Amino acid sequence: MKVKTINRSEEECTRSRAQDVQKVHRNLDPALHPFEKAKEYTRALNAAKMDRVFAKPFIAALTHDDGITCLARNPRRLNCLLSGSADGDIRLWDVPARRCLRRMTGHTGAVKGVSVTSDGEAAVSCSTDCTVKLWKVPFAPFDGGPIQEEGEAVLEFSGKHAFRCIDHHWERAQFATAGAAVEVWDHERAEPVQTFTWGSDTITSVRFNPAEPDVFATAGSDRGIALYDLRSNTPLRKLVMQTRCNAIAWNPMEAFNFTVANEDCNLYTYDMRRLASASCVHQDFVSAVMDLDYSPTGREFVAGSYDRTVRIFPFNGGHSREVYHTKRMQRVFAVRFSGDASYVFSGSDDMNVRVWKANASEQLGTLLPRERKKQQYNNALLERHKHLPEVARIVRHRHLPAPVYKAAKLRRVQQDSERRKTQHRIAHSAPGSVKIKAARKKKVVAEVE
Amino acid sequence: MTDEEGPRAAKRLKSSTGDVARAAKFKRGPEVATRRIEDKKLKGKLRHSERVVSEAQAAAAKVDEWLLPRDAGELEAEGMERTWRFSQQDIVGAVEVGAGRKAFDLQLDQLGPYSLDFSRSGRHMLLAGRKGHLALLDWQRSRLICEVQVKETTHDIKFLHNEQFFAAAQRKYVYIYDKRGLEVHCLRDTTEATCLEFLPHHFLLCSVGATGMLRYQDTSTGQVVASHRTRQGPCSIMRQNPWNAALCLGHGNGTVTMWTPNITTPVVRMLCHHGPLRSLAADSQGRHMVTTGADGQVKVWDLRMLRPLHAYLSPSPADSCDISQRGLLAVGYGRRVQVWKDALSSKAQAPYMTHRLMGGTLRDLHFCPYEDVLGIGHSGGVSTMLVPGAGEPNYDSLVADPFQTRKQRREAEVHALLDKLQPAMIVLDPGAITTVLREPREVQKEKQAEAEAANQARLAEQRGKNEGKKRMKGKNKPSRRQSKRQANIIEERKPGVKARMREQGVSAEFGHKQARPEAEVPADVPRALHRFFKK
Repeated sequence: MKVKTINRSEEECTRSRAQDVQKVHRNLDPALHPFEKAKEYTRALNAAKMDRVFAKPFIAALTHDDGITCLARNPRRLNCLLSGSADGDIRLWDVPARRCLRRMTGHTGAVKGVSVTSDGEAAVSCSTDCTVKLWKVPFAPFDGGPIQEEGEAVLEFSGKHAFRCIDHHWERAQFATAGAAVEVWDHERAEPVQTFTWGSDTITSVRFNPAEPDVFATAGSDRGIALYDLRSNTPLRKLVMQTRCNAIAWNPMEAFNFTVANEDCNLYTYDMRRLASASCVHQDFVSAVMDLDYSPTGREFVAGSYDRTVRIFPFNGGHSREVYHTKRMQRVFAVRFSGDASYVFSGSDDMNVRVWKANASEQLGTLLPRERKKQQYNNALLERHKHLPEVARIVRHRHLPAPVYKAAKLRRVQQDSERRKTQHRIAHSAPGSVKIKAARKKKVVAEVE
Repeated sequence: MTDEEGPRAAKRLKSSTGDVARAAKFKRGPEVATRRIEDKKLKGKLRHSERVVSEAQAAAAKVDEWLLPRDAGELEAEGMERTWRFSQQDIVGAVEVGAGRKAFDLQLDQLGPYSLDFSRSGRHMLLAGRKGHLALLDWQRSRLICEVQVKETTHDIKFLHNEQFFAAAQRKYVYIYDKRGLEVHCLRDTTEATCLEFLPHHFLLCSVGATGMLRYQDTSTGQVVASHRTRQGPCSIMRQNPWNAALCLGHGNGTVTMWTPNITTPVVRMLCHHGPLRSLAADSQGRHMVTTGADGQVKVWDLRMLRPLHAYLSPSPADSCDISQRGLLAVGYGRRVQVWKDALSSKAQAPYMTHRLMGGTLRDLHFCPYEDVLGIGHSGGVSTMLVPGAGEPNYDSLVADPFQTRKQRREAEVHALLDKLQPAMIVLDPGAITTVLREPREVQKEKQAEAEAANQARLAEQRGKNEGKKRMKGKNKPSRRQSKRQANIIEERKPGVKARMREQGVSAEFGHKQARPEAEVPADVPRALHRFFKK
């Protein structure tokens, strides 16, 4: 007779000392794990609910004395943020400590643009008082304590007209200003090095291309988006849209793509080589989009709007991934992504710079390995079950302020009726006689060389 | 050393068929055919996920082959020996001391017969004497945790989600006790229950009894989730199918019905025996069901096809049966217990083991999970017998851990509650959840054709209607309608009218009066006086 039975000794199966971790035995035989699909689905539902429960994106508000008009981040430091306000005040913030490091006073008009130099040690600002000032920007010290020094401008450049926007070159000691004309300045010269004009209207936004050092783009109140090359004296190309663009931003990872924030509630992404049609239309806002900024990863961008919300869009997605709002936040005039893509800053009319998490439900601080694993597991579950109606409903749900909600509903009704009308028109006309323009081309009025 | 090396080497040398079988165990259905998919993104994603899945399967098979610490128990006969001739004394004498201690006899002949239940990890055992003796044991360490005398007839006893709580079906109500033996709840909704079953993944306590009412009660919230009238009279046989959590009920007319909380009628009703059912059991993967009837048959059923596989004849009708984790079948009648090996998928010729109860006649038997032990409740108390190869040798700590600490138990309880499945998710095929219910192509085509035909018929009818109707503008004015109505009346009367008209010398032309013959008027009369010349 040969006989053997299960005989487990407790010493073998459990830890030997109290300091040891508990022994965990796994047996992956499916017979021991019934209902695996149902369990996964339940876990996915729970993950979706948790995600919404922990979605608390607002972190801090940094206060000014007047409405915020512009924001800038330091390309060399993660913790520094510059904000300019309508009273001519520029403040340098130590974001983790939520304190103001320095106030830079000197502008007599509203500050319209701030930009930090490539070495991160100076900043240029432009104002409606027809001056551009260059400031020394200190790094945030590691020790605490309130520091509020008044800063004085190091250099001052005076122009002939009120400035609307400024962008410092990412490599050279040059910066471009926008106003009645686009001017390129050098740190060493009191006068602009180059001046570009096309038409007579005001230019509201200027940005250097992050890959090509000589190329930059502007958006103006003549509804035009223009591309320029520093090596030639005339603008390269121009695109006229149906409504005005308020801001322009290049995708840092695909530097031939740029996105414009349009007055018609939408954002349009264009390929600079093919301006005839937008490559993506990003919609969801219900009022004019005022500013946008790309994440350093180039996978998403943040945009702020006149409807008092901030939204985060995927770079190739038509609808926003996230919407942020508070009861007190007013019209948003400036938004920026942080240098590590994990925070979003918004400056609004109510004199506050707000700091938000880029992922609303992300846990801040260092994660334990188990927490990280759990997070990854939850994300994988959500990804896998995202098409199931119950999960999708929870993941998609966002609370919106009543006016925004109603306006969005109204817009949807209008768009639906428009679409219906077109369909009817097509159905009752001779085939091919009704030409439909794609939404990506609809708003392009003309392309000028 | 050579003993250690031998089987390992043999394992290594074994052809790849073993690996294939092992990999097949971890397979969750056929692969997705990606070849015909034209959407490149989707195709890429599906291929990636397929690769991930197959890698995971391969890894699991590797783990299964090399890393599991223990092998299953076995009992082999040599030469002229036969396994069913080995008595329990022989086996206890031959196995290790620790294992031999697991076979014991509790002589409790005052309050019997006893029914029993094992906790999901196999560590704890519950006893319920017919006359109200309830006991909770840590049986592997021979420790009594609590003991109560409820002084009431007790029909059945079941563990709830862990060994902290248990439910007992007593004379009138079902009561829930904690591990100290204190009564925690009295479920007054459930009256006269004789059978209890607990669905651990759904936290549902199910009961059925003399009233034939099947009740599902959620033990985490206390709600009665569903109560179905079985309409089959008193019922005292209930077992769950652990694979899909459907409840199998055995009835007096020889039928087995399967129930889910969502549907008020049985999802399956099958006639299994001529004469009343005595007991039934389903295996852990929901493949086979065994029923025993008063007609002396022990039948094995394919639970997926709902078909009989084969039948055994027991010398006298079997009172109780159970299937172990590794597919051993135990059948008991009177004072005898038989264990059958490989009796489910194929027809076995002889029992694997037999055992004769000394204490009394059998009432209830259950295999202990993760142990090679069969627990038997009988009129003289409770005894256990060793059945080598019955239990799964390798437990999963995250599913059921016999050596669970208090902290681990608490953690597991929280996780179990987080992963609690909704009662609505109980369906016959648990793999159907999260999949798209797709109709077969023929059915789809049939439906399409039907819809198309209906549409065509409707269109044709509409067209016929439209053709019958003459659409002309102004035809429907009230005045026209009136005149048309008049016209129709006259039209109907037409023949008679015409004849009369002809008689009277009126023109047949309807509506046109014939000019009357002019009266003779002298020529010299002025025109103004013509009217005085009447006809």
